[in-house]
Amino acid sequence: MAKGLTKSFKKALWVYHCNSGSCNGCDIEIIAALCPRYDVERFGIRLVGSPRHADVLLITGPVTRQMEDKVKRIYEQMPDPKAVICIGNCGNTGDVFYESYNLVGPVDNILPVDMHVIGCPPRPEAIILAVAKAWVKLETLEA
Amino acid sequence: MKQTTKTSYHIPVGPIHPALKEPVFFEFEIDGERIVDVNVKLGHVHRGIEWASRKRNPIQILYLAERICGICSYCHPAAFALAVEDAADIQVPERAEYLRVIQGELERICSHILWAGVAAHEIGFDTVLYLTWQMREKALDLTEYLTGNRVTKAIIMIGGIRRDITKDMLPKIQDALKYFKDNFEKIRHIFLDDKTVMMRSQGCGILTKDDALKLCAVGPTTRASGVKKDVRVDQSYFAYGDLDIDCMTPDKLTGEVNGDVYDRIIQRLLEVKQSIDLIEQCVDRMPAGDIVSEPKIAKLLAQLKRVNGEGVGRHEAPRGEVIHYVKFDGENESPYTWKVRAPTYNNILPWIPMLKGEQIADIPIVAASTDPCMSCTNRVAITLGSKKYEMDKEELHRLSVEKTRRLMK
Repeated sequence: MAKGLTKSFKKALWVYHCNSGSCNGCDIEIIAALCPRYDVERFGIRLVGSPRHADVLLITGPVTRQMEDKVKRIYEQMPDPKAVICIGNCGNTGDVFYESYNLVGPVDNILPVDMHVIGCPPRPEAIILAVAKAWVKLETLEA
Repeated sequence: MKQTTKTSYHIPVGPIHPALKEPVFFEFEIDGERIVDVNVKLGHVHRGIEWASRKRNPIQILYLAERICGICSYCHPAAFALAVEDAADIQVPERAEYLRVIQGELERICSHILWAGVAAHEIGFDTVLYLTWQMREKALDLTEYLTGNRVTKAIIMIGGIRRDITKDMLPKIQDALKYFKDNFEKIRHIFLDDKTVMMRSQGCGILTKDDALKLCAVGPTTRASGVKKDVRVDQSYFAYGDLDIDCMTPDKLTGEVNGDVYDRIIQRLLEVKQSIDLIEQCVDRMPAGDIVSEPKIAKLLAQLKRVNGEGVGRHEAPRGEVIHYVKFDGENESPYTWKVRAPTYNNILPWIPMLKGEQIADIPIVAASTDPCMSCTNRVAITLGSKKYEMDKEELHRLSVEKTRRLMK
């Protein structure tokens, strides 16, 4: 578990997943993290269907031009305190699509990102570690 | 005569979820709970992949092709490699052809198991989602063992394949295949004998053979309607010509073809079984030899630079036929043009006859039965006069679960 996280977590972490034009690779790894092999639900981490219920925003994909305002709107709908995790190379750097005319990313240009998860796609372990680190941020803010 | 005014709702679905290479926009016309008409619009967002190819050489494009879709991360580079080999007249060593079949069929197993989980989730059967994804992890373990990565594999190479399967790797493959066979029976029992699944899927979302032919549906969607169309059988590529392979249709199990969601479930399960069988055949018959025709990449690129001509690559991806077209002008390193036609593109239009006359609660399972990316249905806004309210995927999912409960009573 991440350093700085208390043994008993103060609250369950609810996560909202937003796909901003990714290839589905990161998205299936996020679902894989929720499924029996990794099973993050035992820590109370849940994928929720509305950004209004979420503590953490997982964002995948390089943010295409048409998605820009939707991504911003999702971020604004989330209640404070919140954390943003950018998953996958294309959200962090653009990856193979870096020079495309239709991208406004990386995600850094649009949202304040707290955690960058590198990999194409990152393994579920890496995603879980990032979420645990986000937890530390939220608990520190609360204290 | 009493005047009645026509009152129907319009539900736009999408288009803001560019989850796949073809984000879609659907407009449903609803009369009460029944769907009267469906309108489809395509091509809202793209990442400029074909455009980016004009600045890159064919080997770099392999990586680009891999990232068209994360779930079909083998079939796009495979079809591209086939197209380049066609254009440049490259002969692929026989052993590589068999290895390519193994990788392709492994991807099919992964994809169909993933689909089975998603389909179960859509009708509110989450236990099965977890069960199937547990099975899928085993398939991913095998993928990782053979290729070095879980999702994007970078295993295919123009003129061959990157990694060999050595003798000491065989026991692990056989173990995994045995595991699939044992668990396959469990999944088959859940999907084909369960009362709930039958109630939700039989007679629902029917695609007739005529419609499937007219709308050019591909892959399991069209085969479940009784059209015998499979690139692996129709056009002998890779090593499929040497293998014992036949077009699967649901009547092989049930003796009849209805073209409903239930048939599409049967179809995919039959294909998983077929894939296990094909991998076994390949492992048995693989000849010894090289795995790539030209191991030196610089030499290969120089050879490709001189190519002047065009090529087409067709591959049977898990969701259907994928076609890549590539043209070289003989002067530049990067191709003159590259065109991709992914299977979901063909399978979107059949949604119209499938969904007409169905209930709103059936949208998730009918749509999922063609194996598209369901994130397109994440946001639904219902327009009622001037009042507008939104219906998200959770709401749709809740409706779907409620229908299952109603049927159980």
